Parts: sequence; structure tokens; C-alpha cells
Amino acid sequence: MKAPEYDLVIRNGRVIDPALGFEQEAVIFVAGGRIAGIVKESKSTKKLLDNYPEDKILDAAGMIVTPGLIDIHVHLREPGREYAETIASGCRAAAAGGFTSVCCMPNTFPVIDNQETVQFVHARAEKADARVYVIGAITKSLKGEELAEIGDLVKAGVVAISDDGNFVQNPELMRRGLEYAKMFHIPIVTHAEDKYLCGEGVMNESFESTRLGMKGRPAVGEVIAILRDIKLCEFVGGRLHVAHVSTAGGVEAIRQAKKAGIHVTAEAAPHHFTLTDDMIGVAFDTNLKVNPPVRTQKDVEAIIEGLIDGTIDCIASDHAPHAEEEKDVEFDKAPSGMLGLQTTLGLVKTQLIDKGYLSWADAVSKLAYNPARIMNLPGGTLNEGAPADITVFDPEKKWTFRDKDIKSISRNSPYLGWKFSGKVAFTIAGGRIVYRGE
Amino acid sequence: MSLRSRHLIGLEGVAREEIKLILDTAETFREIIERPIKKVPTLRGLTVLNLFYEPSTRTRISFELAEKRLSADSISFATATSSVKKGESLRDTVQNIEAMKIDMVVVRHSSAGVPYYLTQCLDSNIINGGDGTHEHPTQALLDMFTIRRKYGKLDGLRVILVGDVKHSRVTRSNIWGLKTMGASVAVCGPSTLLPYEVEKFGVDVYTNIEEALDGADVVNIMRIQLERQQAGMFPSQREYTNLWGLTRERLRLLNKNYTVMHPGPMNRGVEITNEVADGDASVILEQVTNGVAVRMAVLYLLSGKKEEETQ
Repeated sequence: MKAPEYDLVIRNGRVIDPALGFEQEAVIFVAGGRIAGIVKESKSTKKLLDNYPEDKILDAAGMIVTPGLIDIHVHLREPGREYAETIASGCRAAAAGGFTSVCCMPNTFPVIDNQETVQFVHARAEKADARVYVIGAITKSLKGEELAEIGDLVKAGVVAISDDGNFVQNPELMRRGLEYAKMFHIPIVTHAEDKYLCGEGVMNESFESTRLGMKGRPAVGEVIAILRDIKLCEFVGGRLHVAHVSTAGGVEAIRQAKKAGIHVTAEAAPHHFTLTDDMIGVAFDTNLKVNPPVRTQKDVEAIIEGLIDGTIDCIASDHAPHAEEEKDVEFDKAPSGMLGLQTTLGLVKTQLIDKGYLSWADAVSKLAYNPARIMNLPGGTLNEGAPADITVFDPEKKWTFRDKDIKSISRNSPYLGWKFSGKVAFTIAGGRIVYRGE
Repeated sequence: MSLRSRHLIGLEGVAREEIKLILDTAETFREIIERPIKKVPTLRGLTVLNLFYEPSTRTRISFELAEKRLSADSISFATATSSVKKGESLRDTVQNIEAMKIDMVVVRHSSAGVPYYLTQCLDSNIINGGDGTHEHPTQALLDMFTIRRKYGKLDGLRVILVGDVKHSRVTRSNIWGLKTMGASVAVCGPSTLLPYEVEKFGVDVYTNIEEALDGADVVNIMRIQLERQQAGMFPSQREYTNLWGLTRERLRLLNKNYTVMHPGPMNRGVEITNEVADGDASVILEQVTNGVAVRMAVLYLLSGKKEEETQ
């Protein structure tokens, strides 16, 4: 018998690829790390596959097969805080969460504001279970004082720039960042929270912060920051991407900007369509502390509305590992951020699809196709010739998120013990199975 | 009748009968501390840790005296002289102290939620001595005790909390406790010192002190921290005094037999004039005396409680 033509064939699954307008049972052929074909099962495929070597065939009966998911907002902590996460462990979490590509933020030590650090991340990512794209800094050391050598960063391969974690408070500097990034056709990702208004706040400002006596980060601090950056983008052009929109006002600002034809895109994090600020007072769980903070039910509804009407283009986890000892402290002292890679798909299914807000096709757009488009990445589709990055999941499988499931080095998830439906069965990156669901 | 929880974290959610139990128990201790020999053997053999991560004069001495008068062994912890300066975490610090066998912890900390956090770290009974701007339950209990002693009731009284409402844990605990006990509560201060959606506590909200005082029985002043002015929360001390300072003229708006309270420390001449602070209606020193009795009651009622008793 002659050597099989394909490295992997996925059959019997329901293939959903919004980019191709494809949603039906189909066979996907993989060869040389790329998609070699996607066809409906027919007599000829049946004939070919019935005698195909078993180890080359992945039976996806009852499963959903989509382009590999892409998370454009993660913190991998390496270099500098390898005790909290490494590129390898973060990518294992990505694979377990169905993500084949991630974009990592530059707030490492040293900051990714120079070619050497970009190259370091790329080198570390070579053997990892997911593709890692690097987002470089807008300003040197993320200090918001002067532009980083963005040209150099682009040459080293960054896909975007961001001072994530910090808002570029000086509008003149942000203007220059937008103008400069525009030359290189890369988006600039804004962490939109005005420092003067949000300052030392540790949670959303609402009656809950009043009740608990905690310093608030008011919603208006985000809205003003988003509006400012939209106006700068309108003025100088370029591409603005708003990270983790958390407020009703922020969604509305982006909706209006899009109507006006301004080149702005936006992402929402799962916690901002799932969690609310009244959960904090229950046990002062520092895993609920995140920037921007979890808001109110009204904001949650607005985020969902923004996802439905397309104001919010994509869903990104803002995966932010922090070591147990860093989070096991007074609420005020705890660093902000929570794990996200392994719970994003489950939350999308449980909070958005099961409740009828998004279809599977919408969800795949927001988790694969749109992220690829925003960051100009290969993938996001199963088109012939595309990288063979594929996610296969069991749409109705019930599971509970347990500590032992965590692939990250850190454990700072507020979702431990939560029940989800929809579980990743296989994650395939470059034609290689990098994760098999337990 | 006993308290439902083995800790006192705040007055939010504490039932009317429980508050009544604490206040009634405090009456007994109030009588004891007037005796020539003020000590009772109630907590003999128990050790209480006073864990003060923030400076405090009144609350700390009050708790220490309460512990001594109940014959507890008490130890006090000040952050300035401890390993906290060496970077030891709160959990490690308290677990190390508990390993030396203590029974109860009184905690004062600048961060809201720390008393709850300690209930998760330790086996001891935890008493909140003030956490951030969240709660200060024993202060509110002693305020209520003082009011009840004067009027014989709390039900139906009108209590005005004036000053820096936003940064005051005393305000929050007073609101929860007073409302539970049937008093009508209002807050008053510059709008920059009223926290967001403060009306959702179920209180009346005023920025005009004359309107607030009109027809009230008790005015309790929430201290103005002078650094708030530097942070731009109000333009000047002079303006604050003009608009919200408690003066003799303003007292005329109150009901007959009114009461003036202040949890201390006072900024005389800023939020309260000398003549009001030292006037006949002032119970400010009485509050301090009552504080010891109320804290004795809380220590006594929580001592030895091992598990949450659900009712």
C-alpha cells in the first residue's frame, strides 16, 4: 500500500468556519502542517478513508470542528516572572483551552520594548504547544514617557503594540504612537482606564465599593479613555484596538465610532460578560480583582449586546497568572488579573451560546476569525492552504473546572468549582495534536 | 440566646436580637467598670491578640482594658516593631502568632476585608477593630449603647452622621446597626465626601447641614482627616468649617434633649467647636467609657465559640 497522502484526516465532525460560510458535516485533510482540503463526505472520501490507516484518522462524530482559536490578549510572564507562568506552561493552558495561537503582552521583566526580548520570546515559543505572537510596548519600559523603538520591534516580528496594564495617559504621546504604528500597519492596543480617575481603585465604583469601603475605579474612567483614543484615531488615522471593554459606556462609544467609520476594533474578556462586582464582598476573593474591574449587571448586558451586534469584534481572555502567594494577601495588596485560557471557551458556551446570545458561528468568528483579522495573523479559517490549526470540541460535555485541571503554574482562577458545558476534545496546531481532552 | 457567628466582622447582617444581646450584656459590664475593683475572672486563661496594623489610641487601649478587666491575657502587636517590616505576609504573621496558642484576635487594618480574611487563615475568634473604610462594628455598638442609655431606646430616633462619610468605617457600621435597631439615619457632608450611591444604604442624604440637623435627636460627627483637604476633596478647612462645622447656632435646629457625639480623634475648630465638644449635650467622653464595656461584652459573647451556630 502506498504511503498515506495525508498526515491527519478529521471526519464526521460538524465543521464551523464563518470565514468560509461553512457549517456542516465535512472531512478535513491535513498535510504538511496545512489544510489540504475540506470537503463534504462522499462516496469517494468514504472509499478513500475506509481503508486509511487508523492512526491518521480522527473521528469527530458528535463534535464541533473549528479553526484553531486565537487569544489576542494573554500574559505569559516570561521573561521575569517564571514562578507565575512560562511560555511553555501558558501555551499548555492555551492548548487545553482550545487556543492554537496567542498574542502575549509586553509587561514582562524586562519589558518587551526591544528586539532581543522579542527574539527571546520567539525562541522560547518554538517548542511550545501554541503559536505565540508578540505584542511590543508603545513606550519604553511601559512608562508612558517616550516611544519604544517600534520600528525595531516590528522588524523583530511584533504584531501590535500596547502598554497593556497602563493607559498612555499623555494624549500627545498616544497620538504619536498611533501615527507611528500606522506606518507599519499594526494596531495599537489601548488599556483604556484614565489614571487620575481610576488611580488606586481596587474594584468597580458602585454601591458595592461604597458598601465595602473600597476605592473605586469608576466606569467613566474607562469611557473617557476610550473616547479620547477614538478621537485621536479619528484625527491621525491608524488602527485602534480597545482591549477588554468592560462598561456599557465604553461599548456605546465604540459603537458610535464604528458608525462614524473610524478604524477601531474591540475585545471583551469572559469575566466582563460573566462576573459582577457584587461577588467581591462575599469572600473578598482576590481572584476577582482585575483591571478593568468586573462591573455591574447592566454592564454585563451591554457587553453581551455589543458582542451580538458586532460592536465588540472578539473575545480575549486577558489570561493573567499570579502566583498563589501574591494573591493570598489583603485585597488592596493583591495584584490584578485572573487566569483565562482554560475557561474562555466554557464561559462562551455557558454564558453566551446556551443563553441564546451567540450562535456557534458567531462564537467562532469572535474566537478565531476576527482575532486573526485584527492582528493580521495567519489562521482563523480552515481554507485550503491555511495552517492546520484546528480545535475540536464536544459541545455538550459537562465538566467542572478543578485545580488539577490547571495547566498554568499559577492557580488564580475565580472559576474553580464552576460547572461548564462544552469541552475541548482535541487541539491541533500545525497538524500536530497538542492537546487531547481527558 | 447567643450570637450566630463566632466572629464579629461587621454589623451588616447582624440581627436586632443579637445587637440587643450585646448592648444588654454591656450594661452589666458598664456597672462592673464603675466598681473600685474592676476586674472579673470571666476570660481567665484565654489569650487575646490585639493586631494593630494601623495607628490607634482609643480603640486599642479600650480593647486592652476590656481584655484585662475580663482577666484575659492580652498581647499587642504593632507593625512598626514587627517582622512585617521585613516583608512577612499577613497570613504568615498571624499563623505564627496563633501557633503560640491564642484564642481571639482583635484586628485593625487599613485594608477592607482583612478581618474576613483572618477567619480563613486562623481558628481564633476574630473581632474587627476597623478595616479600611469598611466597618468598625464595636465603635457603632458603643455609639448605640451610649444613645440607648440616654434615651432608653433606639427605635424612632433620628440620627445624623455628619462629615467625611466616604472614608468612614464608623459611618457604615452605624448605618447598619442603627437601621437594624429601628432608628432613622441621615448622612451629611460635602458631596465629594459622600460615597457613590450612598442613598442605597437606605439613609437620607444631605449636603446642607441645617437641613440635616432640623428635627434630629443625635448628631454624630465623622472626623475630617486633614490629608483629605490636601487631596483636593474640599477646598480649605476654613470653608469646611463654615459649611459643615458643628457650631452652637446650628445645634438649635436639633430636637430638645439632643445629643452630640464624636468617635474621636477630634479636630477642634474644624468639624466641631470647643463649646459644642465640651457642651452639656456632648457625650464624647461617655462614649469612650462605654467603649470598654461594649468591648467586654463582645469579647465575652464570642469567647469559646468554636463553630458557626446556625439558627
